[in-house]
Amino acid sequence: MTRFRLEVRVVPRPGLLDPEGKAIQSALHSLDYDSVRDVRVGKLLYLDLEANSSDEARERAEAMCERLLANPVTEDYQIDVQDDAQETVPA
Amino acid sequence: MRVSIVTFPGSNCDYDLYKCIQLVGGTPEFRWHRERELGNVDAVMLPGGFSYGDYLRAGAIATMSPIMDSVKSFAEGGGPVVGICNGFQMLCEAGLLEGALLRNRQLLFASQDVHLRVETTSSMFTGAYAERQILRMPIAHAEGSYYADDETLGRLEGDGRVLFRYTDAVGEVTDDANPNGSAHGIAGILNEAGNVMGMMPHPERAVEEILGSVDGLGLFEALLSHRSPVGAA
Repeated sequence: MTRFRLEVRVVPRPGLLDPEGKAIQSALHSLDYDSVRDVRVGKLLYLDLEANSSDEARERAEAMCERLLANPVTEDYQIDVQDDAQETVPA
Repeated sequence: MRVSIVTFPGSNCDYDLYKCIQLVGGTPEFRWHRERELGNVDAVMLPGGFSYGDYLRAGAIATMSPIMDSVKSFAEGGGPVVGICNGFQMLCEAGLLEGALLRNRQLLFASQDVHLRVETTSSMFTGAYAERQILRMPIAHAEGSYYADDETLGRLEGDGRVLFRYTDAVGEVTDDANPNGSAHGIAGILNEAGNVMGMMPHPERAVEEILGSVDGLGLFEALLSHRSPVGAA
């Protein structure tokens, strides 16, 4: 078994009302960052888990997203497996 | 009628519901979320509150509680299930109702009285009201903006499964009367089988004159007068 560090990004679906993003956008405009056209706010989760391979780690995280971490009605997710963070778990 | 009220860590409307069921002549009982069996009950209610501090998404973590398997079987067997506020969020998260509740469009927690229009009286939950009756009761939530994709909204509307809609005092659906940005002004819905309902407003806080409104009573009276064909789980 190897330990993997995964980064899971959960973001609201495009086109979905994101009032928090809108509020941040208008705050940025008040700081004269007028070039900001859109802001979307999501969640970033770091998972530290054990798996036999990076593919298996990713599959597990996908299942977690489908079942709990993301709402399939309103959110999309992206998963990065950070290979360089892996280390072998001592038996 | 025996009604099970499931309490989660962070529930805060469980006692209101308990009192309310007693008021209309039912027999309420509490079930802690760590329990696995609902027991022999005729209806289940998921109360309002902030289960698990609304972590991850409002209602999401509560759906992983041990009691929820039993709630799902009860619902699938045709037993009446009511989710109010956080309970509505849980039912959506559990997939027992369609759609989702998003952050209020104004980003603020909304604590105010609203007007609702009864959109159908043919459900087991709204039969005590008059068609298009205007009700007044409180809302108290930050994530109450009902969202579903257009296809789902079309089905809800087409099947007559929108139970309550936010309106102004005379029953008009206006943008100003929509307290949270809900799609189609939806305040409460029904599942396809007709035995699971969820709503963001709090009927259990509008059941005695001293509370300022008794318009919530009808929901509980309708439920109590309903004789469930299932012997419960």
